[in-house]
Amino acid sequence: MIVAENKPLAEIAELIKDYNKVLFLGCGGCVTVCLSGGEKETEIMATALRLKRKLEGQPLETLTYTLTRQCDPEYVASIENLVGQAEAVVSLACGVGVQYLAEHYPDKWVIPAANTKHIGGSIVHGVWEERCGLCGECILHKTGGICPVIRCSKSILNGPCGGSQDGHCEIDKNVPCAWQLIYDRLKTLNRLDLLTELQPPKDWSKARDGGPRKVVREDVMIG
Amino acid sequence: MSDNNFEPKIVAFCCHYCAYSAADLAGSMRLQYAPNIRVIEMPCSGNTDARVLLSAFEEGADGVYVAGCLEGDCHFLKGNYRAKKRVAHVKEILKEIGLEPERLEFYNLSAAMGTRFAEIANEMTERIKKLGPSPLNQGKEGGQA
Repeated sequence: MIVAENKPLAEIAELIKDYNKVLFLGCGGCVTVCLSGGEKETEIMATALRLKRKLEGQPLETLTYTLTRQCDPEYVASIENLVGQAEAVVSLACGVGVQYLAEHYPDKWVIPAANTKHIGGSIVHGVWEERCGLCGECILHKTGGICPVIRCSKSILNGPCGGSQDGHCEIDKNVPCAWQLIYDRLKTLNRLDLLTELQPPKDWSKARDGGPRKVVREDVMIG
Repeated sequence: MSDNNFEPKIVAFCCHYCAYSAADLAGSMRLQYAPNIRVIEMPCSGNTDARVLLSAFEEGADGVYVAGCLEGDCHFLKGNYRAKKRVAHVKEILKEIGLEPERLEFYNLSAAMGTRFAEIANEMTERIKKLGPSPLNQGKEGGQA
């Protein structure tokens, strides 16, 4: 999932200081799962900011709603009436949701309530760790299901480097060395032979290079 | 109304298995305690959402507390620990928005602690009286304890 965390309330308050009626819009996708932008978080944020503004003597009227997803135009288009009632929209979704809203409602000021952090998963309840570097060409089949692109601090493809100490990365003793994890896993699977294959330099043109990427599936396109 | 006559409104979210029963016991024991407390029975203190804590302040409470079981005694194993963490988190929100975090508190007690229930009610009432009316209630008709 996309992992995001809320901006500080003071920052959001500053961003909406010129507006008196604001729609707080949650998203039922990733940010609901990572507990930063679901229905509950949307209500908490709206209530907290209403209280803050009341204390400051500039009452804020809020509308709240949580879309199934903010990253599909159909859902974004379905809240025209709600958006029309507000002077500005605060989106608790990831950066995609904010952009979809801004694109669909060009005359409405859309404010991000979250800092989008990474693609990851929870390791324990309340802790989310980055697990995918969005490199555009997955090599997990060569590395025992452990991604060196994002989990190795240097993203090296033929590791480990000299900074691997007792299974940990030199950047922080709490960060496991991805290449140690890869070695251990391949050893368990009796596939250490994979490590004898030298990996050529990665083709980064498939990653974040040359502008925004697109995935096109003509078989599912309508019209 | 002058501050001398200020009678705070305090909402107490009480776990069914401890604080709510302790309130019953306090009544059976004929204990006197501050009449400023409005008790809301919860199935577990861990079920007290951040939203209702904030809403209580918005709706006019001068103080709010959550009372859960003694540590290790939660009927649902960890509800009271979660409630304690949640209250700490909401206190941070109150600090961020400029409302005194002392207006919100978490207490542990058992169903057998009727006297402690009365103590907590008095303790919280005294604390809120010292803090004065919630600034969110300014301009409202207040003081109806």
